[in-house]
Amino acid sequence: MTFLNFLINGISLGSIYAIIALGYTMVYGIAKMLNFAHGDVIMVGAYICFYAITRFSLPPLVGVVLAMIVCTMLGIVVERLAYKPLRSAPSLAVLITAIGVSYFLQNAALLLWSSNPKVFPSFFVLESGGAAKTGVELFGGQLKISYVTIVTIAACVVIMLALTWFTGRTRLGKAMRACSEDKGAAQLMGINVNGTISMTFAIGSGLAAIAGVLLCSAYPTLVPTTGSMPGIKAFTAAVFGGIGSIPGALLGGLLLGVIEIFAKAYISTQLSDAVVFAVLIVVLLVKPAGLLGKQIREKV
Amino acid sequence: MGPILKVEDINVYYGSIHAIKGVSFEVHQGETVTLIGANGAGKSTTLNTISGLLHSKTGSVTFMGEDLAKVPAHKIVSRGLAMVPEGRRVFLQMTVRENLEMGAYTQGGKSVEADLERVYQQFPRLKERYKQVAGTLSGGEQQMLAMGRALMSHPKLLMLDEPSMGLAPILVEQIFEIIQNLHKSGTTILLVEQNAQAALSVADRGYVLETGKVVTTGTGKELLASPAIKKAYLGG
Repeated sequence: MTFLNFLINGISLGSIYAIIALGYTMVYGIAKMLNFAHGDVIMVGAYICFYAITRFSLPPLVGVVLAMIVCTMLGIVVERLAYKPLRSAPSLAVLITAIGVSYFLQNAALLLWSSNPKVFPSFFVLESGGAAKTGVELFGGQLKISYVTIVTIAACVVIMLALTWFTGRTRLGKAMRACSEDKGAAQLMGINVNGTISMTFAIGSGLAAIAGVLLCSAYPTLVPTTGSMPGIKAFTAAVFGGIGSIPGALLGGLLLGVIEIFAKAYISTQLSDAVVFAVLIVVLLVKPAGLLGKQIREKV
Repeated sequence: MGPILKVEDINVYYGSIHAIKGVSFEVHQGETVTLIGANGAGKSTTLNTISGLLHSKTGSVTFMGEDLAKVPAHKIVSRGLAMVPEGRRVFLQMTVRENLEMGAYTQGGKSVEADLERVYQQFPRLKERYKQVAGTLSGGEQQMLAMGRALMSHPKLLMLDEPSMGLAPILVEQIFEIIQNLHKSGTTILLVEQNAQAALSVADRGYVLETGKVVTTGTGKELLASPAIKKAYLGG
């Protein structure tokens, strides 16, 4: 039963990684760049939601929507100001810029919100019979599943289904795939490439806001560097699953979460991150394109 | 009525390399015009400049009376100018049908079904394979897909860049047959080819490019008969 508990926790953590990894993978797929500032957008989302709920006493759902709006705009602005001027620059320049944006966001958060940790309110609580419940208990209390866990997994499933529908069925989603394959050809089709890149950043950043709220609901300490470690891990998950692939981000995220929790439970808490990254290295040695990475076929 | 496309004195550079040196030509409604020339003569560069992928330092490209320099590259298609790029550049990871839908992107979803039927009629092969991922098609089928995709946008002028490149002789024949059929049905075509013989035999008029300049022009028949052209491009 403890095994099942760990597994569910792993899937829940993995769902958060997967939602973040989607942002990395979509942006990489279309702009061929690693947006290392993505993790910090998570942190901004969490702060916005935190202040919306605690300072302005808005309902949690409004807080989440507000965080999504702010992060979406932040994503678009960052892309316009920092990355768009470098569209034809070498990828190394873009990478360094992304790291710069990451530090900028962290330090801006430090100035705005100070380094004092904020305790993120838990709003996945149900009142029943005068007692506040934070989860369900199964098998006579042996298996505890918190509401946060359930909501996280559900959110991940809904987001995946929505994105699969969007990229597979809608005109804009297909245009996005066309752009990620061949920008020149996409432009010849009349697709606005710059607009599509902006839209991708917007979607990725909006998802980052959701991930930020879920992350801080599960691990309630909020500081300006909150986003960086989950950001790096989600990036790892994206590479693990095959960067550029949406199902790969899901698979990579879930596996990474489960491996991390199992490593914490059965090996060592201190070593868990080492185990996670060791698995990544092994996978990349065997499958350099990641688990679901696309083998690029070239036809002459 | 004036020309549908008028290219005037364009100069295009790749860094310090002066690739197009003052090229001018025009295409009239209903015509098939070809630009021929050897490798590096600037044929593709000219087409890419018209379609907005590259930019000219001087002169102008006028399409249906509108200066294309003022039109953002992605809006050029909706003006009625479609291009089948060199090397086909179909979306290899998307299905045949999705590729065609991308061709109709500027149509905003209206009449897509009817257009699909029209293209399938022209290229029955594509209908058979509409669910297949484009990367699994043969070279000839990819070329048909690229042409079908361009036709989805209802172009007033269709630009084809080396449609016969890398295809077996029998397929080259098929592709040129399709070009002729398109011409007969009233499509205005600007064709860039290295296969001068085939290109000139389907074209009303031709321009010969050499190192970024137009050196000769005439009707397809005249150019085919010209000894100088024969010697330079038709191998004897």
